[in-house]
Amino acid sequence: MVYDVAVIGAGVVGSLIARELGRYNIKAVLLEKCGDVAMGTTKANSAIAHAGFDAKPGSLKAKMNLEGIKMMEYVCGELSVPYKDIGSLVVAFNEEEMGTLTELLERGRKNGVPGLEIVGQDRLREMEPNINLNAVGALYAPTAAIIGPYELAIAAVENAVTNGVEFIRNFEVKAVETQEDGTTVIRSADNVIQAKFVINSAGVFADDIAAMTGDGGYKIVSRKGEYFLLDQSVGGLVKHVVFQCPSKMGKGVLISPTVHGNILIGPNAVDIEDKEDCCTTAEGAVEILEKARRSIANLSTRDMITSFGGLRAHSVTEDFIIERSESNPNIIHLIGIESPGLTAAPAIAVYVRDMLLSFAGKFEENTAFDPIRPKPLRFHELSDEERRKAIERNKAYGRVICRCEGITEGEILDAIHAPAGARDVDAVKRRTRAGMGRCQGGFCGSKVVEILARELGVELNEVTKFGGDSKILFEKTK
Amino acid sequence: MLNYDLVVVGGGPAGMAAALKARECGVKSIVVLERAETLGGILEQCIHTGFGLHYFKEELSGPEYAAKFIELLEETDIEVKTDTMVVEITKENVVKAVNNIDGFVNYKAKAIVLAMGCRERPRGALNIAGSRAAGIMTAGTAQKYVNLDGYMPGKKIVILGSGDIGLIMARRMVLEGAEVKMVCELMPYSSGLTRNILQCLDDFGIPLKLNCTVIDIHGKNRVEGVTIAKVDRNRRPIKGTEEYVECDTLMLSVGLIPENELSRAMGVDLDPITGGPVVKENRETTQKGVFACGNVLHVHDLVDFVTLESQTAGEGAAKYILGLEEEENTVATKGIDGVRYVVPQMINTNCGSDVKLYFRVGQVYNNAKVFVESNEKVILSRRKPKLTPGEMEDVVIKKEVLETLPVGSELVIRVEV
Repeated sequence: MVYDVAVIGAGVVGSLIARELGRYNIKAVLLEKCGDVAMGTTKANSAIAHAGFDAKPGSLKAKMNLEGIKMMEYVCGELSVPYKDIGSLVVAFNEEEMGTLTELLERGRKNGVPGLEIVGQDRLREMEPNINLNAVGALYAPTAAIIGPYELAIAAVENAVTNGVEFIRNFEVKAVETQEDGTTVIRSADNVIQAKFVINSAGVFADDIAAMTGDGGYKIVSRKGEYFLLDQSVGGLVKHVVFQCPSKMGKGVLISPTVHGNILIGPNAVDIEDKEDCCTTAEGAVEILEKARRSIANLSTRDMITSFGGLRAHSVTEDFIIERSESNPNIIHLIGIESPGLTAAPAIAVYVRDMLLSFAGKFEENTAFDPIRPKPLRFHELSDEERRKAIERNKAYGRVICRCEGITEGEILDAIHAPAGARDVDAVKRRTRAGMGRCQGGFCGSKVVEILARELGVELNEVTKFGGDSKILFEKTK
Repeated sequence: MLNYDLVVVGGGPAGMAAALKARECGVKSIVVLERAETLGGILEQCIHTGFGLHYFKEELSGPEYAAKFIELLEETDIEVKTDTMVVEITKENVVKAVNNIDGFVNYKAKAIVLAMGCRERPRGALNIAGSRAAGIMTAGTAQKYVNLDGYMPGKKIVILGSGDIGLIMARRMVLEGAEVKMVCELMPYSSGLTRNILQCLDDFGIPLKLNCTVIDIHGKNRVEGVTIAKVDRNRRPIKGTEEYVECDTLMLSVGLIPENELSRAMGVDLDPITGGPVVKENRETTQKGVFACGNVLHVHDLVDFVTLESQTAGEGAAKYILGLEEEENTVATKGIDGVRYVVPQMINTNCGSDVKLYFRVGQVYNNAKVFVESNEKVILSRRKPKLTPGEMEDVVIKKEVLETLPVGSELVIRVEV
């Protein structure tokens, strides 16, 4: 198959680029190594749209961050992705740190961040009643927001597919060859495609993909961060994204509400060799808790429902690198898209699109392009009357599968049959939240396995947790 | 809106016994709402025997025990709605439920019995480090896969936690041809019943490693092994005792949590120790006309005791509905000196019958003495050769004694070695 454009990597950046490509009458394909979108950095990060005071003025990071945060609410609206502009606080615990806040404020102003202000102890305590008594002040950034990161990627791909972009999962790029006419051949173990233009947005693997195209000069360090998630019953612990002031002791950890009403705590930062190692560690847990208790002194682990690890694609150059390949100018590499990569993603997508258009020639506009991805039905968010009507329309909305989150069979069926729909248990969980609650899938897990097997026409023991060899069941009992 | 005298939330052993007892006591319109496809609750997947020894004086499997109550229910005109999920209970006793036949329905009740049971503690609550590979599951989930779905959830298994479900599953998996490498228990004693340790582990040569826990889980797609370690007196892993154990499955049996999201949302007071509602001897919660029984109230060891407790709740609900409640003279109960909790937490001394107090201890005691005291006066004492956290204990307070207790006083249970 010959495509006009192939995007490698269905993280939030690749997914939003694919969506941009849906605006044109071209043949575009999104290639993903795993069984679902959002399987790398996108599924395990701080889920924050940063205001933009952190990046170095003049850097690509700063530019993309500022443009991204401006676009984010609108894009989330178009794609029906959870977004809450709750603002962020960088908390200082002594006078020296208050000095750092002033530096951050200055940097933020240079970057063009609106509304920044330093708040004193009393105001801080009003804004965050649970904050440690040692806190002396904070930098308040009203434009910071929390979002659903994997929801954004999933919605973007759904929207891209609806607008004619192809999505190929389980396509792990093994080799990339440039042909004489400038087109590129991309091979997986059992599949091969060709594309005139290639966009390498492979996250932590982007340097490896670049090396395959003959650009061996990039180096991405896989930087692991671990997180804790607390139950919704303590969701009011903090009201804003609460950062700690960077100091000699390091960057600190954040405590933040999530768009689903949980509390997220983390991350630490450990550079690791293995680009797939998302394991949590005992040391990491101790480190995060210790640091987090600087912000909330009486933080209890009793309401912890899960922990997880994620990897950031850290580039040794510190800035985002988005540029054309030296060996084949029809290829664009995206290297080192770490924080604030999620915030920047909508802006990066446009930036890459425009870069592509600048040399690829004019693509014909897709006049049928629909930017709206309809909001999936969320049964538990409906009023009694709406629930009644939903069940009348489709009986499957009357069958609650995940009791903790109140997710119905109808919602799970929607997730499976959506464009680029769910094929495994974790994919159902990311789309519907079935299994995300306090029992963590103890009750609904087996029901989700049953529904997946039935809908995909496979045996129960062929259903996986997250694609590949992650099968849940062995053979039938005797 | 449908009107009922009694709405029972949950059709497991607790809900069924409560509904039947309420009917026997003269309550007319009763509906049982059950979220699963069938009545019976968790008993349906407990195909091992050991149920009914106290209540029926015979040894039954879980489904057999449930079937006895399902048959009795079928003989009555008590309504049963299966595959029906209660999503909310309002303070005005309106139970909101959904299913795919009736749709979204409001049930207005004179009285409500909460019988939602409990759930297993998941991995996240323990914060075990390591991979998120497939093959990490609670023992109850594994039990459903093997007993109801007919698939092997694992072949080389390590079990963490020696709760009863874990012990039962150790034996079950061996009988299905799996290799159960060990059961690791963080505490110096098992939280399971002694009979289960003998019959499920010892008889099959499965080692029970006390003072031991899983500190890391390995494997990218499927679990490939775990690292276990001994723990010190503070339950912290001891450096140098780590040991890698190859396995494809980690089963967790690390505790049960009464499932009280509905109760909490409707404003019923919960006991922080049991995780269940605070109740009187008739199992009435702090909300008038709302009763609770079975594992939603406190986690029981034996279903037989769930049945007995639920009959108490059913009778209580019936008296409430029929306006036969006694005048209230309440005393509180309390566990101290090694007694973790007491249920019921309150007693109406006018209740007109003997009251059985259930309690659990916080550690193992040999040759101990249990005292029940009021105003520092010993009301009764019992010698117990052995008390363990895994076995629920009880004492009966005679009606005549109850009537002598001053209103507003406290009845204290304590252990002395």
